Amino acid sequence: MRARHLGLIAYIVFLLLPLYWLLNMSLKPNTEILGGLTLLPRELTFRNYVTIFTDPAWYSGYINSILYVGLNTLISLLVALPAAYAFSRYSFLGDKHLFFWLLTNRMAPPAVFLLPFFQLYSSVGLMDTHIAVALAHCLFNVPLAVWILEGFMSGIPKEIDETAYLDGYSFPRFFLTIFLPLIKAGIGVTAFFCFMFSWVELLMARTLTTVNAKPIGAIMTRTVSASGIDWGLLAAAGVLTLIPGALVIWFVRKHIAKGFALGRV
Amino acid sequence: MDKIINQKAWFLVLPVLLVVAFSAIIPLMTVVNYSVQDILDPQTRVFVGTEWFQQVLRDPRLHDALLRQLLFSGCVLGIEIPLGIAIALSMPTRGAWVSACLVLLALPLLIPFNVVGTIWQIFGRADIGLGGAVLSWLGIDYNYTASPLDAWLTVLVMDVWHWTSLVALLCYAGLVAIPDAYYQAARIDGASRWAVFRYIQLPKMKGVLVIAVLLRFMDSFMIYAEPFVLTGGGPGNATTFLSQYLTAMAVGQFDLGPAAAFSLIYFLIILLFSWVFYTAITNMGKE
Amino acid sequence: MARIELKKLAHSYKPGASRPEDFALREMDHVWEDGKAYALLGPSGCGKTTLLNIISGLLTPSHGQILFDGKDVTRLAPQERNIAQVFQFPVIYDTMTVYDNLAFPLRNRKVDEAEVHARVTEVADMLELGGVLKKRAKGLGADAKQKISMGRGLVRSDVSAILFDEPLTVIDPHLKWLLRRKLKQVHERYALTMVYVTHDQVEAMTFADEVVVVYEGQVVQRGTPQELFEKPRHTFVGYFIGSPGMNFLPCRLDGHCALVDGQRIPLADGVAARAAGATRLELGIRPEFLQLAERPEDGTLPVLVHQVEDLGNFKIVTVQLGGRHELRVKLPEDRPVANGRAWLRFPPEWTRLYADALLVE
Repeated sequence: MRARHLGLIAYIVFLLLPLYWLLNMSLKPNTEILGGLTLLPRELTFRNYVTIFTDPAWYSGYINSILYVGLNTLISLLVALPAAYAFSRYSFLGDKHLFFWLLTNRMAPPAVFLLPFFQLYSSVGLMDTHIAVALAHCLFNVPLAVWILEGFMSGIPKEIDETAYLDGYSFPRFFLTIFLPLIKAGIGVTAFFCFMFSWVELLMARTLTTVNAKPIGAIMTRTVSASGIDWGLLAAAGVLTLIPGALVIWFVRKHIAKGFALGRV
Repeated sequence: MDKIINQKAWFLVLPVLLVVAFSAIIPLMTVVNYSVQDILDPQTRVFVGTEWFQQVLRDPRLHDALLRQLLFSGCVLGIEIPLGIAIALSMPTRGAWVSACLVLLALPLLIPFNVVGTIWQIFGRADIGLGGAVLSWLGIDYNYTASPLDAWLTVLVMDVWHWTSLVALLCYAGLVAIPDAYYQAARIDGASRWAVFRYIQLPKMKGVLVIAVLLRFMDSFMIYAEPFVLTGGGPGNATTFLSQYLTAMAVGQFDLGPAAAFSLIYFLIILLFSWVFYTAITNMGKE
Repeated sequence: MARIELKKLAHSYKPGASRPEDFALREMDHVWEDGKAYALLGPSGCGKTTLLNIISGLLTPSHGQILFDGKDVTRLAPQERNIAQVFQFPVIYDTMTVYDNLAFPLRNRKVDEAEVHARVTEVADMLELGGVLKKRAKGLGADAKQKISMGRGLVRSDVSAILFDEPLTVIDPHLKWLLRRKLKQVHERYALTMVYVTHDQVEAMTFADEVVVVYEGQVVQRGTPQELFEKPRHTFVGYFIGSPGMNFLPCRLDGHCALVDGQRIPLADGVAARAAGATRLELGIRPEFLQLAERPEDGTLPVLVHQVEDLGNFKIVTVQLGGRHELRVKLPEDRPVANGRAWLRFPPEWTRLYADALLVE
């Protein structure tokens, strides 16, 4: 018993150590950072955070990221729901091949799509927009959404659909008022993963944006000035990117635990 | 469930088809287009057949990048899968600590990839990072910008830090689904701890392990931002994996033709390996 | 072979429990005789699985002791208790063959291979698994898998009791009786103490020498199936056993008769006297024992026939007594019954009186 707890604790400490260090650095002035190693800030300062919150060049990055992530989650859910229903309930020409092909898109290296995306979105005039990144991320998020939702939907017996039709429900009304509430957990899980994979992605987001929709990731990777890297500022920017993720996990933690208990994540 | 045959279901699938067509098919067609043409200038294109493919396949730097990539993915799988299983086995299954554990474990998974790189870039430096400082205090000569071995180790540790939780969480989901009766029967049968793992837990985790192996292989094969931020592919080429090489080719040097040919080969390699892994693992249980 | 004794046994899942409601099992003293087949019968959630797990050692009771052949095993682990348990769904080791599954408990105890082979083949023959010994356990049907689960308990020569927790739950109905018959054969052959938990009275009655009825954490009655049928000591036993269960009518006492809405129903000698002073009184009689007549006879009460259900070789007639009491009567299929008025007789030797749910004797 003891040994296994020790292992788990050691691993969690391993996970938290670099995060603590990042937080530590973000609260120090650069003079202290470059002066020597301190485990806790000797001169605690929030100046780095203040800079980020007041400089539009910085905080716009966060806003842009949240915007396209939200857009992507919405689009992915909207298109995946009817498709997942079709895969779950119906058998149609080419359905297995289509499903498999969808999954292969998850295996596509983003690097492969850089150039074509660049040209494609330029030609339709969508360069440097949030919708561009949202659509680009659909490449891997929509197949994932369809896969997860189909799994949840298959857990709902077909008899419920049939009863609704017998009771006179039209398909849209049945879908919205009866079916969706039943797969609430599935929608939650899907939204979580769409958020996660879109939020963390850098390569496509950076390629498709220049000024207006530039995500925080791109801003962070470009902050090298003549005087070298502003470590404190970079650390603060990094800490702030942890917050949406941490918040999301915190809010869904009960559902994650329950989802594990039900054997489907 | 028994599915009804209904061709009208295609209408439900249409939105997905449109979106993915826009995101995948059209760009892919562009890539195919470029891969068989030489674009001398925006107006002049010459069909060159398989010339780019042959050039790319003979490129020694590509071979190197491929070997590095295979080594990297191999190490990643070799470390993260067993480690993830071990962590899943040591996680609590009941009580208040379950939520806390899940949240803490999930944290690294939601960090933007470039920030992961930045975190370890800082952490590994001897002057401003805790990790680097501790190592040099212990007398170990460690510098990830100068030594290829140190760079490799840092990139590996970074990836283990970043993604092992995914394996652990997936395996945990598989473990938690095992009914108590199996453990009870094993107790009555007098099974040792190792026997319980080998005959009950591991077989029942097979499904989630397949997903974990596939995901980790695919994602490690496509990795870009984290090593790019950490080492920039260096020192020299030491940590330049396939995605960085491709990106440099396509965006940096603008060799569209070879880049496109390489892209297709890259995609095909992943598909092939994924298929092989999938078939191997799902058949392993059938002997 | 084991004589299992429960001494002042009680169990609560909550620490520091004091009120009866906190206990999953209320205090009981009980002896399970060596070599007999018992059924633990009761509705879901009544505590029978808790009791089973305490006997097998998967659960340590919060109060009391459990003794095997006089030895206190309360704190002993399951593998030290010489018991085997078969669960609700088949528990087999997927990656092993049937042979290896059966050999597993022996190999864990370091029995040598020659002996393992002897025991496994013997048990496999007995359970009619001989033909599939080399096959992977995973691919077999649920009934074969349950036999393997049982087999793992039988291979061990030190097993003294086998416990079954609703083992036929996932078995197809047409295979259930085959498995039940096999269980009986096993019992006859090995003379082990067997405890069989179920909520199905038919299973309990056909399997067991003695049925123990559990209700809300308490053993309310134990006896042969016939005793339980003819003389239920608790209203729950009357209600649960029999199909349909006992009829119950709230009543008062009038002399040596019971009074139901002004109608007098005779009771057996002395019963009324022994119930004097009790508060909640109920009259109970099984549908099998009520007598229905077409004409008013001595000692009959007028009733209205509401419904006649023809169920093959018997009929269930629902009648109404007085203004509001419904009773069920079970009659053979060839008895003609018409809707409308009829007359009902309550034979005193089968009419039971219950005070606060307990039988008045």
